[in-house]
Amino acid sequence: MGLMKLGIAGVGVLGPGLDGWPRACAVLAGGEPYHKTPFQPVPPQLLPANERRRANLSTRLALGVAAEACRHAGCDPQITAAVFASATGDTEIAHQLLESLADPAPTVSPTRFHNSVHNAAAGYFSIATSSHAASTSIAAGDASFASGLLLAASQVTCEERPVLLVSYDLPFPAPLGDTRPIAAPFACALVLVPPGSGRPLKLVFCPLDARRTTLEDPQLEALRLGVPAARSLPLLRALAQPDGVPTRISLPAGSGRVELEVDGAG
Amino acid sequence: MPITPLAIHAYTLVSALGLGTAATLRALIDGHSGLRPNDFGPAAGIDTFIGRIDGVEAQPLPEEFAPWECRNHRLAELTLAQDGFYAAVTAARDRFGPDRVALLVGTSTSGMLSGELAYRARYGTGQLPAEFSYPHSQELAALSQYLQLRLGLAGPAWTVSTACSSSAKVFADAHRLISAGVCDAAVVGGVDSLCLTTLYGFSSLELVSRRPCRPWDIGRDGISIGEAAGFALLTRYEGGSGLALLGYGESSDAYHMSTPHPEGIGARLAMEQALAQAAVGPEAVDYINLHGTATRANDRSEDRAVTTLFGSGVAASSTKGWTGHTLGAAGITEAVVSWLCIEHDLMPGSLNTEQLDPELHCHLLLENERRPVARVLSNSFGFGGSNCALLFGRPEWD
Repeated sequence: MGLMKLGIAGVGVLGPGLDGWPRACAVLAGGEPYHKTPFQPVPPQLLPANERRRANLSTRLALGVAAEACRHAGCDPQITAAVFASATGDTEIAHQLLESLADPAPTVSPTRFHNSVHNAAAGYFSIATSSHAASTSIAAGDASFASGLLLAASQVTCEERPVLLVSYDLPFPAPLGDTRPIAAPFACALVLVPPGSGRPLKLVFCPLDARRTTLEDPQLEALRLGVPAARSLPLLRALAQPDGVPTRISLPAGSGRVELEVDGAG
Repeated sequence: MPITPLAIHAYTLVSALGLGTAATLRALIDGHSGLRPNDFGPAAGIDTFIGRIDGVEAQPLPEEFAPWECRNHRLAELTLAQDGFYAAVTAARDRFGPDRVALLVGTSTSGMLSGELAYRARYGTGQLPAEFSYPHSQELAALSQYLQLRLGLAGPAWTVSTACSSSAKVFADAHRLISAGVCDAAVVGGVDSLCLTTLYGFSSLELVSRRPCRPWDIGRDGISIGEAAGFALLTRYEGGSGLALLGYGESSDAYHMSTPHPEGIGARLAMEQALAQAAVGPEAVDYINLHGTATRANDRSEDRAVTTLFGSGVAASSTKGWTGHTLGAAGITEAVVSWLCIEHDLMPGSLNTEQLDPELHCHLLLENERRPVARVLSNSFGFGGSNCALLFGRPEWD
């Protein structure tokens, strides 16, 4: 009941030692050792020059992976519906707003305020691509990626159109970082398409059990556990393998789990 | 592409108008606004009117949920107790199974006030108070996680946060999950409570009125911020003439982060899609509940969008003068108002609006009208250019 079949037509990744899908692919396929090297997300080329310089880290991450996945899939972002899933949103702005409101004479920067909405990255993406297509922004804590995947898959299934999924998270500055530790900035994007093209993906929501897919490399496993968006790594690893061998993945999603099969038959 | 409707089984609302749907309807019929001069302690310095709910502070969470304490969850708790909503969800959980009921709620600020007060305490002491837990209060997912635990559900659960369209867009997500067979029912809604970020933030953008807000008025000068929580229980439509979601439309402005598209292109696209999903034309809509925030730019943009699609024939109003702009809860607030209109033959006027702006051309109601309402279109638009339109009615009514 509720089994969804679709395809994955494009992937984008940005994370420590995993900057860009070709690099991530080489590491996750098992050919190259993983080094957790810091990375500096480049200003998003999608944005006009004046917006590009001011773009926050969250926007750089989200737009960076979105652009890579759309390029990879050969899809037109202007007409592609999008789901943005993030546990943290923009953590720098969250901290700065709280600091400025704690002052005895509270003030808020208007730009910072409008950039504090959870859908800021989605808003900049639609402006950058002149897209009037539907877009949403959700949060589900550590289950944000699995939830975004479930939502995007249901949208592909119901509307028979490509949907771009973007998942990103970044660490909080102190002191919020002590109460909500996030290990590193990480983002990934997938272009999901109706079945028949892309890498075959089957997906179903089930009651939670003890199953979950982990990673052998301790540093990659620490990244997976340390960043909500990096819960996508087992799926990215499956996509990094050459086509053909069916792979099953269990992603916990709150009180349930999302069960995936990549490259399965039928 | 036409869709199968979603049936609306149980619903409730708590706003400045009162606790539950009966109090809400009474205030609408009596023309009684919930707005009052700003008396919200931590932000009392701001000269404005607010839609504040009495009694939120006095509603502690059940003891076993104490770690989740925050104003937003107290407001959620107060709302679950109205209109038999908790019992309706329990019955749905028993009927379908906990993993077959989704929980999808919208908020713009979640338990932000807890973080703000924790940072204020830190300003003096250098440390966040020990009882402050970001994941249980301010984190956006805290709302959906708390409600899922509280209602004993185990289906898909997330928080939608797209500024002021948040709790309208949850209806679209519920429709997708139910249509794809992922679940059989969904609890949808939204909760947004007063906090410093929104009061000071909208003030910094000079979008807050010093008077009760006046949508479509020639002298309109900004919003009145309110708080609200509302929920509804949705299932697949199986016939009959009960209330239903007939269509929804979502779009992006692709224009500016805090200013709507001047011609309302995104708003029009969302309304067109909602009509197309219900396979009806503009003439099928009896009443439009406008987003109508009462800022100069918002009302102008929405007026362009509505008149382009509907002309000036369809009755429309904004109920922000009653409830204030409840931000992330605006979608569910106005969905509930729309259902009350359908069930009680009511079209509310735009409270506080005195002199219509001659540059705006919607058929704006200034007084309540009592006549049958078969279909209502409800608009919600947010920062970042996030638009959502919902069409409600009775599928087998004509």
